[in-house]
Amino acid sequence: MKDLGFILASYLVTFGSIGLFTFAVVRRARRIGRQVPPESRPWT
Amino acid sequence: MTAEVADTSRRDRVTGTGFTRGLGVVTLLGIAWLVSFGLFVTPADINQGESVRIMYAHVPGAWLAYLAFVVTAFSSAMYLFRRTRSLAWDRVAGASAEIGVLFMGISLVTGMLWGRLTWGTFWTWDARLTTTAFLFITYVGYLAVRNLGGTHHQRARRSGVLALLAVLEIPLVHFSVRLWNSLHQEASVAGNTDVTMDGLMLFTLFLGVIVFTLMYVWMLLHRQRALTLQDMMDDVGLDVALEARRAEAVAR
Repeated sequence: MKDLGFILASYLVTFGSIGLFTFAVVRRARRIGRQVPPESRPWT
Repeated sequence: MTAEVADTSRRDRVTGTGFTRGLGVVTLLGIAWLVSFGLFVTPADINQGESVRIMYAHVPGAWLAYLAFVVTAFSSAMYLFRRTRSLAWDRVAGASAEIGVLFMGISLVTGMLWGRLTWGTFWTWDARLTTTAFLFITYVGYLAVRNLGGTHHQRARRSGVLALLAVLEIPLVHFSVRLWNSLHQEASVAGNTDVTMDGLMLFTLFLGVIVFTLMYVWMLLHRQRALTLQDMMDDVGLDVALEARRAEAVAR
């Protein structure tokens, strides 16, 4: 496939950055969540 | 033992629920579908060649960034309106802006990669590119303003006003290709009654928009819940500090 490097790079940037953002959100939430009992979370 | 496992699992799934887990699975399947169609199944474009495959990430990224910024403005308006004032709206606004900045960044980078293949350059000070970069920087500024000091309500008020001003840039970005001479092509699908795109390419583009929307909803739910936890911890910290100060005053 012509221009494969650019095409793969665009998919890597897209899903890589979304994956990193997701990982950061979940990790931060877990860190804070340890200090909040499950019954205090409005969505549980 | 089983109760202990269930309790540990509940503690670990801090911002997750049955709905978000189901949504996450559907989204992952959607991503696999989009990537396989975008890279292998759809044909090359007659003019753009293989580089058209970048569009399946670039266009949904731009549309979702617009959506995220509109949600930020709507939630901010709901906070600023006295009858519906709640910090929950402000947290939705903040979470949506963060995701919008992520999607706008993706759209900018994938657009630069596509531009290198199609125009021969990563960047040019074209009307669409310049206004998009300006929109991106505006929302990075919005996130910076959210992190200034003050109470939660002060944060919500000042960022709410900024969000209502910033959203006005979106029509400028969208119509920049019509308002000025632009290298960037006009919309191929939105607002176009005569779409000449290949059926499979059009389907993949719509699939991209749907998958990115699912990702957006999943991230929004988790991020605004994480912000809720953060605000709860801030309040607890403030209460503890006030209690310590009172105890200090009594001891004197």
